[in-house]
Amino acid sequence: MHLQQKPLSWILSALILGSASYATAETAEDKGLAIAQKTKQSDIGWSDMQAQMTMVLRNSQGQESIREIRLKSLEQETDGDKSLSIFDKPLDVKGTAFLSFSHPVGADDQWLYLPALKRVKRIASRNKSGPFMGSEFAYEDLTSFEIEKYTYKFLRDEPCGTEQCSVVEQYPVDKYSGYTRRIAWTDQSENRLHKVEFYDRKGAPLKTLTYAGYKQYLGKHWRPDLMKMVNHQTKKNTDLLWSDYRFQEGLNDADFNKNSLKRAR
Amino acid sequence: MSLLRSYNYRHGIKLTSMGLILAFTSQANANAEFEASGKVTAELRLFPESPQFTDQYQDVNTSVAVEPDLFWQWNDGLDSLSFKPFFRLDQHDNERTHADIRELSWIHQGNDWELRTGIQKVFWGVTEFQHLVDVINQSDSVEDIDGEDKLGQPMINLSLVKDWGIVDLYVLPGFREQTFPGKKGRLRSGLVVDTGQAQYEAGNEELHTDLAVRWSHSIDDFDVGAHWFRGTNRDPILQVGTKNGEAVLVPYYEQMNQLGFDLQATIESWLWKAETIWRDSKSDTYWAAQAGFEYTFYGVQESNADLGMLLEYGWDQRGKEASAVFQNDISIGARLALNDTASTELLAGVIYDLDYDSTSFQVEASRRLGNKWKITLDGRFFSTDDNADLLSSMDRDDHIQIGLERYF
Repeated sequence: MHLQQKPLSWILSALILGSASYATAETAEDKGLAIAQKTKQSDIGWSDMQAQMTMVLRNSQGQESIREIRLKSLEQETDGDKSLSIFDKPLDVKGTAFLSFSHPVGADDQWLYLPALKRVKRIASRNKSGPFMGSEFAYEDLTSFEIEKYTYKFLRDEPCGTEQCSVVEQYPVDKYSGYTRRIAWTDQSENRLHKVEFYDRKGAPLKTLTYAGYKQYLGKHWRPDLMKMVNHQTKKNTDLLWSDYRFQEGLNDADFNKNSLKRAR
Repeated sequence: MSLLRSYNYRHGIKLTSMGLILAFTSQANANAEFEASGKVTAELRLFPESPQFTDQYQDVNTSVAVEPDLFWQWNDGLDSLSFKPFFRLDQHDNERTHADIRELSWIHQGNDWELRTGIQKVFWGVTEFQHLVDVINQSDSVEDIDGEDKLGQPMINLSLVKDWGIVDLYVLPGFREQTFPGKKGRLRSGLVVDTGQAQYEAGNEELHTDLAVRWSHSIDDFDVGAHWFRGTNRDPILQVGTKNGEAVLVPYYEQMNQLGFDLQATIESWLWKAETIWRDSKSDTYWAAQAGFEYTFYGVQESNADLGMLLEYGWDQRGKEASAVFQNDISIGARLALNDTASTELLAGVIYDLDYDSTSFQVEASRRLGNKWKITLDGRFFSTDDNADLLSSMDRDDHIQIGLERYF
């Protein structure tokens, strides 16, 4: 009841839309797609991951509220990833858990566990654009990145901090997306996202997401410690802090079913 | 409190098995992780109309409930113990002042199986207005009339995860009697139910061991379940008797066999839901069903709010003879979630009885205050004309309930 009908397959590959630094005699669309493919490819092989998320929500007066979530995810070779999210705060939703099997094409399969009723509820995954737990992150901002979910257009190369970034425009394929387009800045050295700008259904600037504190895990997988989302229309913002990343601890399919959803806490 | 005493006395067997679990746990406890949480709820009920029956309280009732949640885990989380006692103190109703052990269970997790031993709650089913297939736990009916509050049930539950679904096997030693409001309570039948005189078909009465099996599986957009239950019927037959020369209702618990099926199809914004049971006991054999849909409008009017519309129909083969409320009833509801920081939600529903032309309207709203508090506002309104309708005894029990919850 508290966390209705929402998708959230939290796969970090979502955050790593990268760029290929070499240019060929291809169209801007081809080049944008190639960058997305290279990014996806560069992060393959993480197998399973666990992490702790803390969200700090701030309204326009600066009042804060906190969300704490633990995340487990399992990489799938031929399908979208599986994920299990367990809510610790706010306390009234403590013990609520969310299981998602994402798919590159078509609706994700999602179940919510409501601990007060001991009830597992299959929920509709059709809602993409709604806010996640009252934050400035929409569900689609937290869903696993799959190449098929967007079409692309390469815009330009430009410096971003000390790095050189490729700037690519992405157009959501899903008609239920809350965006007409996103513009993503990806560095050319390690395919890390630095910034994403979101445009609403009317094409107006809506939000900006910036990434900070990247660390490399297993000598390959880059993950940020902080993601800041600022909403330009409401003047609200949300910080998403990541900690305690753990990879390849041997999670398997048995950790992602209705029984594991019920015992998650 | 009297309920708690009789509970302990009657369930000596169960308490012994709990003792074993505790002993086992304390041994393994050396490097266990422990976590305590829970909630306290203060509740105010306001009844604008004077009561229908003598002895029932007037106007206002206050009540406080406490539900701690203690949790230990060890063996890398493969073993865990949870203990969730419950206690309510009610201003007027001695029967609503009661205690229960909602949960005291040890869970051991294997690779593709799980063993859950102790007192637990289990939920089966998919529909919203009635929970037909949800048969394992007894209703704690003094808590609320919606049947969603349950008493802890002692059980041994082996859960097997297979490619073709999850199979749950249950042995349920010991039976929990349904709770009923006392003489002074509102929201009750005309005659008070005297739980002290409860009778049973089974020779060993509430010590009868029940058995159940459930299979459930998800196939693409479909979630399906089937079950068989054999044991004491959770719904008693209420027979007129006497206590100290006064007429009372005496619960009689039959043995029954039940087969049930539940199905949900989740397609885009639609949830299609159906539950059906076939129940066989000495007094009756019948089918009953509850089916309908929920459709959700997301981001209503360019806002963040979601609006869900619900429609369900409940049917019982026994018709007017049924001791069930949903014998020929249409339920319509709306669920509004603002998706704001305070998780503001509103659920409103009307249940219309096609046989008796009676209506019950209910509304439930909730909102978080800060990070640890939550406020709830509930309303229940009844309209009945026919005395044969089970609802007629609550005709003057329209009420508003305000709840304040503190989580810790």
